[in-house]
Amino acid sequence: MAIKDRMSGNEAVAYAIRQVNPDVMPAFPITPSTEIPQMVSTYIANGEMDTEFIPVESEHSSMSAAIGSEAAGARSLTATSSAGLALMWEELLLAASNRMPLVLTLVNRTLSGPININCDHSDGMGARDTGWIQIYAENNQEAYDNFIQAYPIAEHADVHLPVMVCQDGFITSHAVENIELMEDGVVKDFVGEYEPEEYLLNPGKPIAVGPYSVSNYAMEAKKNQEIALERSKEVILQVAEAFEKISGRKYGLFEEYRTEDADYIMLIMGSAAGTAKQAVDDLRLQGKKVGVVKLRVFRPFPAKELAKALSRCKAVAIMDRCESYNGNGGPLGSEVTSGLYRNKVMIETVNYIYGLAGRDFTVNEVYDVFAQLENMIENGQQAEQYQYIGLRKQEAPSE
Amino acid sequence: MSNYSLKEIMNKPERLAPGHRMCAGCGATIAVRAVLRALDEKDRAVIGNATGCLEVSSFTYPYTAWEDSYIHNAFENAGATLSGVETAYKALKKKGRLPEDETFKFITFGGDGGTYDIGFQSLSGAMERGHDMVYVCYDNGAYMNTGIQRSSATPMYADTTTTPVGSQSNGKMQNRKDLASIIADHDVPYVAQTTFTRDFKDLHEKARKAIYTEGACFLNIMTPCPRGWRYNTPDIMKICRLAVETCYWPLFEVDHGKWKLSYEPKKKLPIEEFLREQGRFKHLFKPGNEDLIAQFQAEVDRRWEDLLFKCSR
Repeated sequence: MAIKDRMSGNEAVAYAIRQVNPDVMPAFPITPSTEIPQMVSTYIANGEMDTEFIPVESEHSSMSAAIGSEAAGARSLTATSSAGLALMWEELLLAASNRMPLVLTLVNRTLSGPININCDHSDGMGARDTGWIQIYAENNQEAYDNFIQAYPIAEHADVHLPVMVCQDGFITSHAVENIELMEDGVVKDFVGEYEPEEYLLNPGKPIAVGPYSVSNYAMEAKKNQEIALERSKEVILQVAEAFEKISGRKYGLFEEYRTEDADYIMLIMGSAAGTAKQAVDDLRLQGKKVGVVKLRVFRPFPAKELAKALSRCKAVAIMDRCESYNGNGGPLGSEVTSGLYRNKVMIETVNYIYGLAGRDFTVNEVYDVFAQLENMIENGQQAEQYQYIGLRKQEAPSE
Repeated sequence: MSNYSLKEIMNKPERLAPGHRMCAGCGATIAVRAVLRALDEKDRAVIGNATGCLEVSSFTYPYTAWEDSYIHNAFENAGATLSGVETAYKALKKKGRLPEDETFKFITFGGDGGTYDIGFQSLSGAMERGHDMVYVCYDNGAYMNTGIQRSSATPMYADTTTTPVGSQSNGKMQNRKDLASIIADHDVPYVAQTTFTRDFKDLHEKARKAIYTEGACFLNIMTPCPRGWRYNTPDIMKICRLAVETCYWPLFEVDHGKWKLSYEPKKKLPIEEFLREQGRFKHLFKPGNEDLIAQFQAEVDRRWEDLLFKCSR
């Protein structure tokens, strides 16, 4: 029986953590993810779960300790945001390359500077090449559902990779919305017991983790890791299918919203997909053929699948909640266009940077984006292929 | 403990196999083997290791010299990594996923770079949280793995590749950090400083206490590096003896807050005896540099007096 409730995104993830009851959780507080370790600590203090919590002295140490506990044979996780993820960067690479199936719940927040506590995706995007699977949520329900699917993906024999479950800071993490929760037993059965094949604490079967490797071997290790990431795509879909059976909620690599006959599509990730869908509903009433593709799985990047989904439209707006300082666009802009090119889908694209450091993203701005795409195709009015939206207008100097 | 016999203890099976790639005469491996000999044979262990000479030379894929489970993660996080392993042990024990009669001990090795410097925060955190583990620093007084750069454990006036002696330089300008004392101030149950002496009884007994005292324990072991210190490699025991007899490297322990001197030289030797054997201090013996040796001696004396005071309380 589904349980109807109202929760913030952080509450929803903490609730899912309690249900999964992992073995070890090291964590260090950072806004806006702080509530997650707080809530877990409270569950533990009240005997509602028996995870061992390690109050480490930094995020570098939280990921280091999580790698240690996971290698030792304990299901492990941590939570962080922003600078915390940046401090972990070295360890993110080690978690993935040592093939540790641990889970990190990321509450997306911008990176400094200027220091700012609000949402954008620059933290997760900064870690895009660390070898982690990255799954983004639109709302509290998806944050909850994605967390429950994380361990079955990570621990799958074909994968053995860490999973980052992402939700937007404050917008999702702190806003209280309706949610459908599952019963504890259903979640526990779905996630199952952790049965590692090889681990440090396996009596009589010692292992060594973290070798020095000369050039004769290191390249194969890296290629094997890449193969696992590719394979995870199939596993993510299998786990989603199994999850649908217990929840009734359907998940894929991305969600297509009113795209069947769409001429213009907005490709977007995270909470802003809700804004985009609202705008699409409004524009559809005016007869505009518009739709949304909401990317859920950013790593592995579903280039082929996205190219296919976009192949019938005339133009796509690629929305980046992150600047990548390459002088050529945001991370999604680069990856989506390269995916389109390689799959010979030659449609018009415009890469918009929006919502940095918590800047509002509005339905009106979505209207403007679709109008610009339409104007480009219908009237030949070329749009800048990489542009910002929602910037303050330059003000006249005051007297 | 009173019937310690080096001969007998050397008959225990080695837990660090030969064939690793450490230099001949390296102090680090001598320390590792000596610490691991303090483990009861029946007890299992997980060994942690910070990046450094010991790691890259003992676990070079696809070979490992470690008979016990072993984890190397990165340079600056050996303390945090073993915190995770030790906590996993607690969790698995609690949940009945490890047989009750299985005992694991947790021992981390790090050089002075990974311990005094880049790994200091991680070590401090692990000690303060009180994980049931031993952190062993093999202190050879410089970043030897990258080619003898100064660390905060390097003694004053040592010639290193980042504090080279030159016409305008007498080597390192600062005194070394007193890490054993800093860790003792974390209020952990057991801290000890030792090196290779006589029949290794001092090291053995301290390692045993550290391993079998519940909570976070710390051992600081001076492990000479023939390459970095530039002494005649077979003279390692002499170097260690002179470090102790000059009071450059005093042997002491802090057991549940109680400071105790392990050895007091009958006649404290002048510091020149220790310095003269090493190429890194060669410049101190040039005419006109007598005051540098006097300063070195004054610092050794100051610290020795301070230690005697702590031990008298």
